[in-house]
Amino acid sequence: MRYIDEFRSGEIARALTSELADAMPPGRELALMEVCGGHTHAIYKHGIDELLPPGLELVHGPGCPVCVIPVGRVDDAVSLALEPNVVFTTFGDMMRVPGSKGSLLDARSRGADVRMVYSPLDALELARANPEREVVFFAIGFETTTPSTAITLLQARAQGIGNFAVFCNHVTIAPPLRAILDAPELRLDGLIAPGHVSAVIGSRPYDFIASEYNRPVVVAGFEPLDILQSVLMLVRQLAAGRAEVENQYTRVVRRDGNPLALEAIEQTMELRDNFEWRGLGSIPKSGLRLREEFADWDAEQRYEVPGISVPDHKACQCGQVLRGLVKPWECKVFGTACTPERPIGTCMVSSEGACAAYYHYGRNRPKRVKIQT
Amino acid sequence: MCLGIPAQIVEIVDPEAKTAKAEIGGVRRIVSCALLEGQAQVGEWVLVHVGFALDRIDEEQAAETLQLLADMGEAYERELAQIRETASEAGAS
Ligand code: SF4
Repeated sequence: MRYIDEFRSGEIARALTSELADAMPPGRELALMEVCGGHTHAIYKHGIDELLPPGLELVHGPGCPVCVIPVGRVDDAVSLALEPNVVFTTFGDMMRVPGSKGSLLDARSRGADVRMVYSPLDALELARANPEREVVFFAIGFETTTPSTAITLLQARAQGIGNFAVFCNHVTIAPPLRAILDAPELRLDGLIAPGHVSAVIGSRPYDFIASEYNRPVVVAGFEPLDILQSVLMLVRQLAAGRAEVENQYTRVVRRDGNPLALEAIEQTMELRDNFEWRGLGSIPKSGLRLREEFADWDAEQRYEVPGISVPDHKACQCGQVLRGLVKPWECKVFGTACTPERPIGTCMVSSEGACAAYYHYGRNRPKRVKIQT
Repeated sequence: MCLGIPAQIVEIVDPEAKTAKAEIGGVRRIVSCALLEGQAQVGEWVLVHVGFALDRIDEEQAAETLQLLADMGEAYERELAQIRETASEAGAS
């Protein structure tokens, strides 16, 4: 395929990298965060990090929906799955995330009816087809996924499907970015903003990063050249002393996002006062719950969940990985005790997790991989 | 799970409920077009995420993205496997 072949042949990539080297402000070290796990995946897969000029570093961010779910919420999910008569439905990746008392997969081997779905609509369909059972959907994800849950809820209500409930763990992208920018340990010079989240919310919600934190932001697509071009746009802004929100992914992202999607979220959900994130702690106004009108479809209201905050596994450094403080290969258990087959932390489970991406694509790159002993 | 996969609308199932049948990586399944402005049209390409068409895209772009995804290997295969496994349960009829 044309784009990729060109990238592979390296001509455009080489041209872009040499432009990048020229654009670098002399004598400065720059750290740019790619917020989205999809970008992290593409960066490792295509070795984009290795094309960057000296002094320019990409730091992984918190934008992997599976990775940011804390242990306590996994435990809640397991407890819901073990409720009598419940069919617990989840995206495949969440099945393998370890909770303090095992994963959903473990719950299934203990007799819980846990099923993988591709879409929340599949869960609703299961409820329709099995009126004698109660179907609970484990809703996770940033604003890319939230509208799907919202529309599904609207349909459940319109069609009067009462044996369906949502365990809502949807999160919003802006608050963790603010938390990361406020944290003293990491100095970031600019951000590569997620493409598909921005298809829903638009590029406007990132304005505060430019205006309050004086950092440039570029919304980026997922092809390797999109990412390289976005890096170049950021470096040019930094060299010129600008801090603006630019949109590289204009073919999908508009300034104001997708109004139908935003409207569906608004109708069904509202911000929680606080939501706990893996590695980032509790962040105010960062998570969503169902509105009171949807209490009948709210798993947290229909069932008892433990609702306890549980610390990460002792060896797990996902928290630091998600804040860009630790690279995957710097975690002591990376590739030894923690592998995609037997993950200790979430970052090794999802293919968008930095550890899984690095495990799949980075292990053979000798200059980066620690010798496994 | 966060992948957006290009799919082509092959049949309008229920214009009222805004559902359509789409072909995603060789698998046909029903997707919701409730997030698209206006009605979806047969032949149109859309970006599908967890069973919903998030946005329209043009054909060339769709081909490029599909190739990129195929290239990503495992993540894409997993997503497709999920679509395939769940297609029968969820109205892929
Ligand atoms: S290697 Fe495993 S435990 Fe360590 S940070 Fe990555 S996912 Fe977490």
